[in-house]
Amino acid sequence: MWPIDRLQRRADTPSAEAPLILAGRVGNRRVITAACDAARGLGLHVGMPVAKAQALVPDLRIEPADPCADLDALERLALWLLQRIAPIVAVDPPDGVVIDVTGADHLHGGEAALLEMLLGRLTLTGITARLAIADTWGAAHALARHHHGDAPCIAPPGATAAVLAPLPLAALRLAPATVAGLLDLGFVTIGDLIDTPRGPLTRRFGAELCRRLDQALGDAPEPIAPLRPEGLIEVRRSFAEPIGAAETIARYIARLVTELCAALEARGQGARRLDLLCWRVDNRVQTVRVGLATAQRDPARLTRLLTDKIPTIDPGFGIEIMTLTATLAEPLVPRQASSLLEQAPPDIAGLVDLLANRVGARAVYRLSPVASDVPERSVTRVAALSPDQGGGWPGHWPRPSRLLPRPEPIETLALLPDHPPKWIAWRGTRHAVARADGPERIFGEWWKRDAEARAVRDYFRIENEAGQRFWIFRAGDGEDRATGSHRWFMHGIFG
Amino acid sequence: MSDARLTLAALRDRIAHLEGAEGHARKTLAFGVPALDRRLPQGGLALGCLHEVSGGPAGAADGAVAACFAAGIAARLPGPVLWCVTQGDLFAPGLEQAGLPPDRVIYVEAGDDISLLACMEEGLRHGGLGAVVAEVARLSMTASRRLHLAAKTSGTTGLALRRWRDPAQAEDFGQPTAAMTRWRISALPSVPLPVPGVGRARWRVELVRARAGETFEMILEGCDDTGHLGLPADVADRPAAAAGRHAFG
Repeated sequence: MWPIDRLQRRADTPSAEAPLILAGRVGNRRVITAACDAARGLGLHVGMPVAKAQALVPDLRIEPADPCADLDALERLALWLLQRIAPIVAVDPPDGVVIDVTGADHLHGGEAALLEMLLGRLTLTGITARLAIADTWGAAHALARHHHGDAPCIAPPGATAAVLAPLPLAALRLAPATVAGLLDLGFVTIGDLIDTPRGPLTRRFGAELCRRLDQALGDAPEPIAPLRPEGLIEVRRSFAEPIGAAETIARYIARLVTELCAALEARGQGARRLDLLCWRVDNRVQTVRVGLATAQRDPARLTRLLTDKIPTIDPGFGIEIMTLTATLAEPLVPRQASSLLEQAPPDIAGLVDLLANRVGARAVYRLSPVASDVPERSVTRVAALSPDQGGGWPGHWPRPSRLLPRPEPIETLALLPDHPPKWIAWRGTRHAVARADGPERIFGEWWKRDAEARAVRDYFRIENEAGQRFWIFRAGDGEDRATGSHRWFMHGIFG
Repeated sequence: MSDARLTLAALRDRIAHLEGAEGHARKTLAFGVPALDRRLPQGGLALGCLHEVSGGPAGAADGAVAACFAAGIAARLPGPVLWCVTQGDLFAPGLEQAGLPPDRVIYVEAGDDISLLACMEEGLRHGGLGAVVAEVARLSMTASRRLHLAAKTSGTTGLALRRWRDPAQAEDFGQPTAAMTRWRISALPSVPLPVPGVGRARWRVELVRARAGETFEMILEGCDDTGHLGLPADVADRPAAAAGRHAFG
């Protein structure tokens, strides 16, 4: 679907009403190389002669296939992924991108969250994507293209063989002739191949078949050569003798950072994202990625961020090559230091970076007001270094210091419609209400949500005999059932 | 008599010197309630130190009152505030009413207690913050000593808001830590108003443990919107308390 998506995303193409196919040449024939969903629904398929397609569908849009442009666009997509998702990303032509998410998934909240986020963003940009995470490149390749359904698929670690077994042979990245030959012999799924002795297979089909099978199962290595676009700032150091001690790694990180900062300064840029790749002697790569909230090229600060991550590097039998890349760099103009008269506000960007790289960028935030009367919607998270909002919330009514993640149903005894309860029972404890304040009526946001067209909440602040203060509300106005269920909920605790 | 006093003062200086409390720990933050400040070792809360705050028996799990108390202290210190949590149930409008506007607070949501303490230490070491608050359940002697040292070197005040998922775990609160003071704040019934309604919150503020100081407990009114505690009218007007307040002669 990649070539079709690429064309559909181009601004100058007419509306996507008419079915679209791409035409390319195979020998002397003009055949379909790609077809959009609408065209496939009309019975057109890849490999069909264009003349036949034109005869079948009269108002067909035909565009020339352009594999070079497709590849270029794919590389740009891979670069976008490299800057945002993980340090090792490579193009898997003709229509794939492979990402090594080892050690990068936790920054996005886990593998499932990563796939969901990625799928959402790709769909928004008009790309039909199929995603899969597996132990090996081969397995992920096969799952992404051949598993059933459109939902992203995550193969549990260590279960690669079981996941691959039901997939068809074409999933193994084999030459079409090999697949056809295997089908002739009665092999249908990868599972059939896994259980078959390798000797006769190799003699008949060559070494390629078993190599692909081993790569998919993880028995043979398949390193991913990371995409390094032109103009990327990268510094590199090879070691005559492999290094492994934490102190040695820290020392070389410091040297690499110094070189990188010099290169950044020459271009007037600062790094927003740094990737440290450690190539081990056993041909595996250990990656470290750090993100920065603002562009930086202060060697001490960058070194500190990277050395914090050394415990996550497993040097194995030793590291041969270390490369440091400023994957995302932004212009950084020198600013005038503050004057001597006024005291500079403390610079907390370094602290925010440190914390964000420790617990994840999403877990460091500030809260900012939203104009909404509904308490749980009146607060939103903004980036920790976002500019000051200036204002807070309207302070007419007291607000609790703790708000329950979701309102919890409570039992009460209360007079309708306007009286606070006499007692409440929450989490198995009964509190007699000694004093109460309210009701504070909050209407649903009918201008945003149809379901809240008539919804009402009546909030009460109550104090029990021990002095604990709670924020409770009744769904509904106490008279009209259409405004709410008239059930009571605990929503917060006052300090 | 004066000899003994001189010796005592010399010994105190020597102890303070040994504790390395020369620089920052001399600075204090007064609560603005003379009855309370008078009973604190240096006339206020020592800055550049670690302090512990917990809720009373009923508030050990939610820590709502303790959070307000900590917010009130942080609000009166200059500079941004780092608030480390493991569960994000703080309600920022409520904190604003305790004096801490949203622009001043940076929240860090750590997955577990270990990374939470690491974040707190990082914040304390940085030096550019006004205060660091961390909602922590388990705080060992070693961890608290690290935090206290970090606070001392940078001069940033650390507030460990002790909060337990399960009130039974609160037994841990009896264990000693390196914190300068340990406060327990529990809610008290407010003074009945002449009309239906709820008055200003009243807290029982207990200083459970204090280095170089004496423990006490007193009844105070909760934080106002500038983070200041108040002395309840009925306590302030008592003859004994009034005698100590020169303003009212």
